[in-house]
Amino acid sequence: MARNGTTRTHDTARSQACTDGRSIAALLAQDGIGRRSFLRWCGYIAGMLALPVEPFGARIADALTTTPRLPVLWLNGQDCNGNIEGFLRAANPTPSELVLDRLSIDYVELLMAPSGKAAEARMADTIARYSRRYVLVVEGSVPTAANGAFCCVGGKAFTQILREAAADALAVVGVGSCAFDGGLPAAEGGVTGAIGVREFLAGSGKTIITLPGCPMNVDNLTATIVHYLTFAKWPELDDLGRPEFAYGGCLHRSCERRQHYQAGRFVLSWGDAGHQQGWCLLKMGCQGPGTPANCATVRFNSGTSWPVAAGAPCLGCTRPRFWDNLSNAFPTTASPLALHVVSGDTGGAR
Amino acid sequence: MNRTAIDPITRIEGHMRLEVEHTDNMVHDAWSTGTMFRGIELILPGRDPREAWVIAQRACGVCTHVHAIASVRAMEDALGITIPPNARIVRNLLSGSQFVHDHVIHFYHLHALDWVDVTSALSADPAATAQLCARTNIGWPNNSAAYFGEVRTRIQRFLDSGQPGLFGGGYWGHPAYTLPPESNLLLLAHYLEALEWQREFIRVHAILGGKNPHPQTYAVGGMALTLAPDAPSGINTAALIQLERLLTTGKDFVDKVLVPDVGLLAAHYKTTWAVLGMGPGNLLSYGDFPEDDTGPGSFFLPRGRITGRRLDTVLPVDQAAIAETVARSWYTYTEGDATLKHPSAGETRPNYTGPQPPYESITSVKYSWLKAPRYQGEVYEVGPLARLAVAYAASGGAVREAVDRFLTGAGLRPTDLFSTLGRVAARAIETQLLAARLLIWLRSLRENMAQGDLRVANNGKWDPATWPPTADGWGATEAPRGALGHWVRLSDRTIAAYQLVVPTTWNGSPRDAEGKRGAWEEALIATPLADPERPVEVLRTLHSFDPCMACAVHVHDPSNGASVTVRVG
Repeated sequence: MARNGTTRTHDTARSQACTDGRSIAALLAQDGIGRRSFLRWCGYIAGMLALPVEPFGARIADALTTTPRLPVLWLNGQDCNGNIEGFLRAANPTPSELVLDRLSIDYVELLMAPSGKAAEARMADTIARYSRRYVLVVEGSVPTAANGAFCCVGGKAFTQILREAAADALAVVGVGSCAFDGGLPAAEGGVTGAIGVREFLAGSGKTIITLPGCPMNVDNLTATIVHYLTFAKWPELDDLGRPEFAYGGCLHRSCERRQHYQAGRFVLSWGDAGHQQGWCLLKMGCQGPGTPANCATVRFNSGTSWPVAAGAPCLGCTRPRFWDNLSNAFPTTASPLALHVVSGDTGGAR
Repeated sequence: MNRTAIDPITRIEGHMRLEVEHTDNMVHDAWSTGTMFRGIELILPGRDPREAWVIAQRACGVCTHVHAIASVRAMEDALGITIPPNARIVRNLLSGSQFVHDHVIHFYHLHALDWVDVTSALSADPAATAQLCARTNIGWPNNSAAYFGEVRTRIQRFLDSGQPGLFGGGYWGHPAYTLPPESNLLLLAHYLEALEWQREFIRVHAILGGKNPHPQTYAVGGMALTLAPDAPSGINTAALIQLERLLTTGKDFVDKVLVPDVGLLAAHYKTTWAVLGMGPGNLLSYGDFPEDDTGPGSFFLPRGRITGRRLDTVLPVDQAAIAETVARSWYTYTEGDATLKHPSAGETRPNYTGPQPPYESITSVKYSWLKAPRYQGEVYEVGPLARLAVAYAASGGAVREAVDRFLTGAGLRPTDLFSTLGRVAARAIETQLLAARLLIWLRSLRENMAQGDLRVANNGKWDPATWPPTADGWGATEAPRGALGHWVRLSDRTIAAYQLVVPTTWNGSPRDAEGKRGAWEEALIATPLADPERPVEVLRTLHSFDPCMACAVHVHDPSNGASVTVRVG
């Protein structure tokens, strides 16, 4: 996954203190079947973070069983709910484990029981009780035009809600492309002054992590949170706030169709013989060679698939301003589109 | 008369506010507000028609497939493209599985907590719950006293932790919750099971679309995937087997858990909630799920209208009779805001005249980012109830049989369908019908492939050089929440105009120039409200419509610069 080594520099002494030196195997022997799948997942996340399973799998397991559970406030701005829906597709821990056993999701409009004032009270309560200890997840862009009238919740502008909720947060995690850089509402033609969370909270001194993608891959969110719980620090980020473990490498490098790219075998129209044989989608507009993402290895929906595997070109949705470059993904006819991007097959080019 | 605002309305998609006037613990009037605006349709004009679906799809990440379908259909209508039969089947599989998935999530995760008291479940007897489960969910394996004891312990531990998460602040103990503890525990156990079930079931979308939310294999002319039994990737034999397994286990859950659970709920709450929540009584369905290439006549769920709650007459649908007004919406029309404009000539100039945030109440004449669609000037309700009522009245057959079976089991009459509980029931029955139909569609696909028909895209008009200089198109589909239409105008091979009229714009519309309330504003009249601070009764009726606000707010103005003015002070 991504660039090995970028997240390996953290102290190991703490790890031993947490686990008493027990190995995953020892924990497995001691615990029941229910815990077995949990520990297997801890090993998987260790892999995503480019950490060796021993000793980090057990250390992650410990980090995820501490109390109180990590409080999370999940805010929605100008959004489509695609990221909170993506959160519900988590494979392991499963969604019910995440909401009941691993995290404390104290505010999320899509799922929480109360509405209105009782809902707002939940947010206020967490901010007061867990100051500097809750994570603020933000889905959607932030509309700054018209004094915030383009998105109001409880009669308050989203801009105000976000600023207040971020002030005492441990960190802010912007999930999806809209929270990343304003996304679709900020595309050409938009009128709402939409921007991403990094821009909106610039100068606040907060740790702001971005997980672009339309929607984000939930495994990247869980791995980011696990990294904090395990090491008491956030993963290494690039200059746009994206974790290196997930966005540090180019999609094209790990693409399963890359062998066809190298052999010059390209799909030229939907459903042609090359398409049926899984050839390279570059000439159908695939944006993979310029896209930093781990979709090809982590995949989506319990690792079932990802767009290129299913036959569709990558849209490049983890890149800044991708909506205004979408036309590249719809070439009029098969053409050497974007070949310059990968001349020499550097693979890792951003 | 008291006025209470409920904002945010939670357990819906998007941002919604409701203000109700009430006295003597009863709602007398209601105003529904869409409080968020993105301007997606300002972004569509000038773009390549073949990429419109990607953008339109982002209208909603919950019903994450339906806007893509409506968009490619609009382009195919404009350009005169007939898609291959396999593309039609694959789209039915994507749509049908979207419905099943979305309806299950809606019932358990967005609606059940209006009926199920989480704290009451803690006093349930696990053995009695197991007996209830064995009677209710016949053939479902998780039915032992030990299992329900574990679930109860898990919930108890969760609530005792002092971190009640999603359940914190719920209206527990409210007098409107009347289910016995065992029923509460049963439904809560299935709330948790459904959380696990849904992520597994929707792998259907990952196989056919690469991911969910926002599957990605659409193309104007068909689908950007491959059908080849022996190929190393795409829909090959292994994928067909995997799809069949997912659809079969999905159907098992719907038959044995969802439908009986909704029946249990309906039988218990029917005295009040099969009476309350009556909407406008006019129902509209575009229909969907074409089973051959002959048009609406082949739809598994038919096209039609019902008026005045009459289940004996189905009226035709003419899209030319649809028009929108902005008399009470934050937009301006050139010809006057009271005008009714057909979407193909649609105009939207956003003009916010509501209160400056932060505000306590919205008392302005205009009060929503939603426009108000009308059919021949009348308010219509859309959604599962509309689809089933039209199908029930039009064709009988499998639909009538399924509806009658459910109603008999729950002790309801066909006319009860128009109520709050009727909507819940209609959604469950539709889920069951589609869960079964999905396997039939998959069989058709497999048979076509076995006979060597692997075509899944018509590429004849992929090249814009083949397009006419101008063209108009209408793409209609049914979303889980109801009738969805996209109207497009193409000019010089780009999008000149694009307009969406979506289910929640119908159901959640504000008043029109004549003062006629939107569908759920109307349905909320006479709703009991024991405690305005804990408005669980209002949520019951509102959630029965399954609101989806992000879809519902749209703006489109290719020519007028879309200036936005904000009233100050």
